[in-house]
Amino acid sequence: MLILFQEMEDKVISPEKAEEAKLKARYPHLGQKPGGSDFLRKRLQKGQKYFDSGDYNMAKAKMKNKQLPTAAPDKTEVTGDHIPTPQDLPQRKPSLVASKLAG
Amino acid sequence: MGLLLAVGLQSGVADIISTVEFNHTGELLATGDKGGRVVIFQREQESKNQPHRRGEYNVYSTFQSHEPEFDYLKSLEIEEKINKIRWLPQQNAAYFLLSTNDKTVKLWKVSERDKRPEGYNLKDEDGRLRDPSMITSLRVPVLRPMDLMVEATPRRVFANAHTYHINSISVNSDYETYMSADDLRINLWNFEITNQSFTPDIVDIKPANMEELTEVITAAEFHPHHCNTFVYSSSKGTIRLCDMRTAALCDRHAKFFEEPEDPSNRSFFSEIISSISDVKFSHSGRYIMTRDYLTVKVWDLNMENRPIETYQVHDYLRSKLCSLYENDCIFDKFECVWNGSDSVIMTGSYNNFFRMFDRNTKRDVTLEASRENSKPRAVLKPRKVCVGGKRRKDEISVDSLDFSKKILHTAWHPSENIIAVAATNNLYIFQDKVN
Repeated sequence: MLILFQEMEDKVISPEKAEEAKLKARYPHLGQKPGGSDFLRKRLQKGQKYFDSGDYNMAKAKMKNKQLPTAAPDKTEVTGDHIPTPQDLPQRKPSLVASKLAG
Repeated sequence: MGLLLAVGLQSGVADIISTVEFNHTGELLATGDKGGRVVIFQREQESKNQPHRRGEYNVYSTFQSHEPEFDYLKSLEIEEKINKIRWLPQQNAAYFLLSTNDKTVKLWKVSERDKRPEGYNLKDEDGRLRDPSMITSLRVPVLRPMDLMVEATPRRVFANAHTYHINSISVNSDYETYMSADDLRINLWNFEITNQSFTPDIVDIKPANMEELTEVITAAEFHPHHCNTFVYSSSKGTIRLCDMRTAALCDRHAKFFEEPEDPSNRSFFSEIISSISDVKFSHSGRYIMTRDYLTVKVWDLNMENRPIETYQVHDYLRSKLCSLYENDCIFDKFECVWNGSDSVIMTGSYNNFFRMFDRNTKRDVTLEASRENSKPRAVLKPRKVCVGGKRRKDEISVDSLDFSKKILHTAWHPSENIIAVAATNNLYIFQDKVN
């Protein structure tokens, strides 16, 4: 009887721990050190966009030969044909959820 | 609470407001937004003709403080969003403020011009140059009154000193220096010298190996009276008080404030929700207030081992942490403010709610900043969140809260009961009701 009682007590857990269990159920590969390097590095890298200087120079060379249309380029066609600008680059929201799944 | 509020001014700003700050007299209120603009409001002089329009705030000046930049070398986009504005105390007719984005701090001078010179010799009234050979007599230009014009000019630009993102700026009580803090370092600047930091890195917590990084600096502020003392908070929920007289590099803190944690309560979320998003000295300089995700704490500078007061802002969110983590809301950085007499503290929450705590009576109130629920000049109605069980008529349930409507930035007039609340892209100014 004493053992049964103990098990019942263990089930009354704080709301925070209940939420933690929920999270771990959804993301079983979640890292053991939550507040540590992953979050902090993500925070420090805010604003990172990827700009390819090779594309930039190739496009610049092509421009010498033909006139590029001034209309805003297709957001998906960022490589090779024209000079990418920071505004063209697809918005890469650093999603913590995605990185947890990957990690 | 003894504070009745009425809606004074609601101003729709084009962009999301990212900072709000009264100047030292409360005559001016500055807002910064995500688009890099600064809008300054000025309080109307009270007039005997219209006693009920008790000092409303109107737009005084608007200017573009920061522009977006791209650091090609690091592939880094530098947002123009204004993170913080801090006023300098007024020393002459002009107003000075510091505004900062993630990388660059600027000193702006805001001045009025109500006269203009007329009667130039070499220019005519339209500004066209006159042919000097046609001028037969000389006259002395005179100053004539003109319509008031407010101009903002950048006086100093403090750039290239931060590798990481600036989260705080604070003007020293000596009025000669100020500090800027990013995630890992704090720099001290002299207002006159822009090409270098006065004392680079008065604090540097960058580890030799970035893999060992365990905490970052989240906020920093100078003591209001002691020009050698400042505090900075961390993502681990600790506050360090430093004295610049002890060493050039304040590696070792003079005081270390941390509340002991009950290890049995520790969860995955513990460290994240303990991260301090704002730290503010009281006006008296005797206390500091910190804001973490769920609480506001008041600390006595003489007691490092625990806060003297802890106020629950929205404890009902503890059972929502999983979804708040998934939608990133758990990382929202709320600010907190003292009233002029340090007797009431205020901070924001979700659903356009903001909370006030009276430290003396221990009473608290939840109010809402939204157009639908506030008629102009009507007293704000207290709101209540229903946690479980039966929901009363005026209550709102936790599941109905709108987490996209967050009040992160608020400000309190230095001496009067006037508060400014930024709700996304709307600014609300509430004042005590007259009569």
